[in-house]
Amino acid sequence: MSAPTAASPIDQRPLRGVLALFASRAGFYAFAALVAAFFALPMAWLVLAPFEAHPTFVAGLVQPTLDNFAVVFKNPDALASLRNSLVLAVGTMAVVVVCASLAAYALSRVKLPGRDITLYVLLLFSSVVTGSAAMVPIFVLVYDLHLINTLEGVILVLAGGTLPASIFILKDFMDSVPTSYEESARVFGAGPFRILKDVVAPIVRPGLVVIAVWSIVTVWGSFLTPFILLDKPSLLPASVEIYSYYDVGGSAKLPLIAAFALVYTLPVVVIYLIVQHRYGFRFFGGIKG
Amino acid sequence: MNERHITTKQARPRLRAVGALVAAVSSLAMLSVPAALASASPVINLTLEANATLSAKNNTEAVWETKYIIPGFEKMMKAKGVNVNVSFIGSGVSGEDYANKLALEIRSGSGPDVFDLDGPYVGEFVEARYLKPLTLLAGPQVDSWPGWAQIPKSIQATAKFHNVRYGIPGGPDGRVLFYNKQLFKKAGLPTNWQPTSWAQLVSAAQTLKAKIPGIEPLQIDGGAAMGEATTLQGFLPILAGAGAEIWNKATGKWQGDTVPMQTAAGFYNYIYTHGLANASLQLGSNGRNNTFQAFAESKVGIYLESEYLYISVLAPGTLYPMPNEAKVVGWALIPAEAPGKGIRHQNFVSYSGGGGTFLNPHTKNPKIAWDLLSYMYSEQSQLQLERMGKPELNSRHDVNTAYLSHYCTGVSKQSCALLRFISNKVLPITAVRPSLAVYPSVSAQIQQLAQNLATGQSIKRALGTYVSALDKIVGPAHVQNS
Amino acid sequence: MSARSTKSSVRPTSRTADHPLGQIAEPSLGPAASLEAAGPSGLGRKWAAVFLTPSAVLIGVFLIFPAAWTLYLGLTNFSLVGFAAAHTTFEGLANYRNAITDPEFGNSLLITLVYVFGSAIVGQVVLGFAMAWKWKDWRSPLRRAVEALAIIAWIVPSSVVAFLWISYLQGNIGPLVEQGTLDFILHISTNWLLQFPLLSLIIFNVWRGSAFSMMLFNGALQSVPPSYLETARISGASEFQQLRDVVLPRIKGHVLTDVLLISLWTFNDFTPYLLTAGGPNGQTETLPVFVYKVAFQQGNLGYASAISLIMLVINSVIAVVYLSLLRSRNT
Repeated sequence: MSAPTAASPIDQRPLRGVLALFASRAGFYAFAALVAAFFALPMAWLVLAPFEAHPTFVAGLVQPTLDNFAVVFKNPDALASLRNSLVLAVGTMAVVVVCASLAAYALSRVKLPGRDITLYVLLLFSSVVTGSAAMVPIFVLVYDLHLINTLEGVILVLAGGTLPASIFILKDFMDSVPTSYEESARVFGAGPFRILKDVVAPIVRPGLVVIAVWSIVTVWGSFLTPFILLDKPSLLPASVEIYSYYDVGGSAKLPLIAAFALVYTLPVVVIYLIVQHRYGFRFFGGIKG
Repeated sequence: MNERHITTKQARPRLRAVGALVAAVSSLAMLSVPAALASASPVINLTLEANATLSAKNNTEAVWETKYIIPGFEKMMKAKGVNVNVSFIGSGVSGEDYANKLALEIRSGSGPDVFDLDGPYVGEFVEARYLKPLTLLAGPQVDSWPGWAQIPKSIQATAKFHNVRYGIPGGPDGRVLFYNKQLFKKAGLPTNWQPTSWAQLVSAAQTLKAKIPGIEPLQIDGGAAMGEATTLQGFLPILAGAGAEIWNKATGKWQGDTVPMQTAAGFYNYIYTHGLANASLQLGSNGRNNTFQAFAESKVGIYLESEYLYISVLAPGTLYPMPNEAKVVGWALIPAEAPGKGIRHQNFVSYSGGGGTFLNPHTKNPKIAWDLLSYMYSEQSQLQLERMGKPELNSRHDVNTAYLSHYCTGVSKQSCALLRFISNKVLPITAVRPSLAVYPSVSAQIQQLAQNLATGQSIKRALGTYVSALDKIVGPAHVQNS
Repeated sequence: MSARSTKSSVRPTSRTADHPLGQIAEPSLGPAASLEAAGPSGLGRKWAAVFLTPSAVLIGVFLIFPAAWTLYLGLTNFSLVGFAAAHTTFEGLANYRNAITDPEFGNSLLITLVYVFGSAIVGQVVLGFAMAWKWKDWRSPLRRAVEALAIIAWIVPSSVVAFLWISYLQGNIGPLVEQGTLDFILHISTNWLLQFPLLSLIIFNVWRGSAFSMMLFNGALQSVPPSYLETARISGASEFQQLRDVVLPRIKGHVLTDVLLISLWTFNDFTPYLLTAGGPNGQTETLPVFVYKVAFQQGNLGYASAISLIMLVINSVIAVVYLSLLRSRNT
């Protein structure tokens, strides 16, 4: 492993070893720099255009200004839409994390007939309902359930679509948790919910983080579902609101779109950082060792 | 809106009774019940939807509807003894998304009572039973509305299908050739330019190309990625200049491999293969914006567009404000191939779009919804809209005249001059797209045809592909060849 | 979740009473009984049913029902607007026949497969794994920063991403259009999205999605005991040997899950439309773009639904390959 960690036994060798270490460290940082550039460069527009008085479709900063943000923040719908996005994202995430944990644990521990096949079929179905062809069934369903124009309706639809993949991901993590911990917990009288919550969940925390972040990101960018299911302007999320910064001819009002794009992107980055900081990959497993 | 949505289904059994009551109340109201009695009458809720929001998209219309129309209408109805509560639903998405969502809602028996809709969707909505004839819905009071007399027949067609009224049309637009006077001057061309044939148009472009390197002499949209722009301000006006509309109303047939189609295809082929127009600009998903920006930077000589280009793209405070735009931007009529060769033997041609405001066939209060609709299109209301600074032509002749002669100070004098030009010179010669459900599919094929021509495919091959696709869409029996 | 859990030491019996499905699951499953009734973990079938119920209900109502309905629409000429909207008729397999004989469909399928293979199976998996593996023991704020960049690329909403990549890859067309960031840095004049449309999209999607694989592998690599790796290293195993003999066997399930999920997502990804609108000349018209054109622009939802089912069948081929690989892992 080429990571520049503390000296390992190989480093004890003389000059050749030092050179090799130097080369491997240089390679290591070159790789990191390359990856950083690869990811960072396309973001130039997102960082520059919002602060430019006359942004174009090319990143650049000639006339810096904060006016674009002033206009966006003066729009009461803009802030409301961020709040709605937050409700949708966190709501869906909560539903998904709870339901998927329960289901993945059950599927991991109990061998049900046709378990694997069912999971794959559900995964495949989830790609059907996220496509544009499913618009009519979803609208009619939500309408008949009297959930139209409610954030709850949107949360349930989005959760239904993201659950199969979440269960799928989480089941792998559950599978790698040894059952011995659970057995000892049970001997002490803990019930299944308690065991899942206090014994299994902490161990599969990286998996929970993956599905939590994934469901938040999916909801944050989702346009079609909230758009067709909501029409009270006060309920629309940012993914829909951003389209009001196009004019009637369908052209983007770039100064406003650029500013709103940044305002729209930042919260989800912050949410990620919080989740990562609080629940992130802090422990380096070894439970099996 | 919210409450209405929820109650629609739950209370369906009771609806008829309520409906009867409402009908009774509103007919009483028509007999002008004293106001004292009215206060006891139930409140009638109506919803009004437009692809406009108060804070961002199409702001003027949203402000007009919430600050002027709704309070004015509610007050007027109250005076007649009817308690009406109108709520506005602002939408801020693309026209396609807006129409699709309306379709979804109306299909399920919900949706706004009164709504804006773009002209090309009218046919599709009628065929899907998402629209009902106005008279059938709201009764004979529709036909006796005095406003109809003020709306020219050609504009009324936007809100009609098979000659039946489904709504009241809004203001029309028109396509012209915009040109850059600065570049024309530099190239030694007249700054007061009006070509009378395609040959003159092409020769001006050739002069620009020869005299000023590094600009695009001519932009006539020809890319599939440009979407409807390629059809409406690209191929259709050129085809009209060759003497044909894409759909023949008399025969019910679409243009296949006909002489006018070959002529129009020949024009595309010529300008794109002789370097007068830039094919690369047509292909990217961002071509239209790139062209706007290039025109604003004086890098495009001649550009076929609607007044939208000047009023919403180049004017100060819009998308790509053009320096000194009032002096630099000129406009001219789109010539036919040669004088007299256009549709209806015209010398010049154009195409117009436009929409209107319509009633939901499922509205529980069709008569009051019509009252709202006709109130919106009264002379006073429309004058108010124009005065609020929306630089747009009006569908009402009286309002339009008053607007163009007195109130048109909205954005700039030049905007008014352009609107006057379109109102006086373009609208009399313009054409509209067929309002048929298959139109969007045909339009997609026209865009592909234009793109194939722009990227250098032979006329014969491009038309062959187009005709076989058209056969599949409308059936060979509805395609005219020869 | 776990942070709050220490306080609520709710006994299983009282919890089941609160649970809406408490009656179904008999709270009599004491430790001894459950050990008998079920596998080594002791979660009996009854409890498994309770645990599965919320997901089953949500998935049944909001996924299976609309998906099945969509697939039914594929057998009709259903359309959202126009005559067919009011007069929908059952067409049997006509849509499928049309799709399979449609050259545009075949073209789209081929493009989609190249896109999925290049950007997901090769690009995202390799880059995502490389990041997770190479930086496994790199404990520095720098790592967090680079990872954050990758993750931002993944979480920027699609409608915004389109602007970023147009500004990045735009090439100057004649002197008309300004050059994008990439051309500016490389001092060249290439119109990436027009000259190399599919390659551009593949690179775009690697940028867009690698973070997910990275996160998943970050988590997965934690299940590889560091002591095993240390032992392998000390005994002189090369990096490749370590990967092959120690790491892969332990994370094979995660790798396959990752490949399956991102293949499916990429297969059904609509974002390419926002960058290229399927152009130039259909060169980037992946199947979701094709479906969108048919469903939205032409309003033909029956046909679009049929193509969705065909996509599902193709996706299921991917899943079957995955399943057989998984079986081979288990034996």
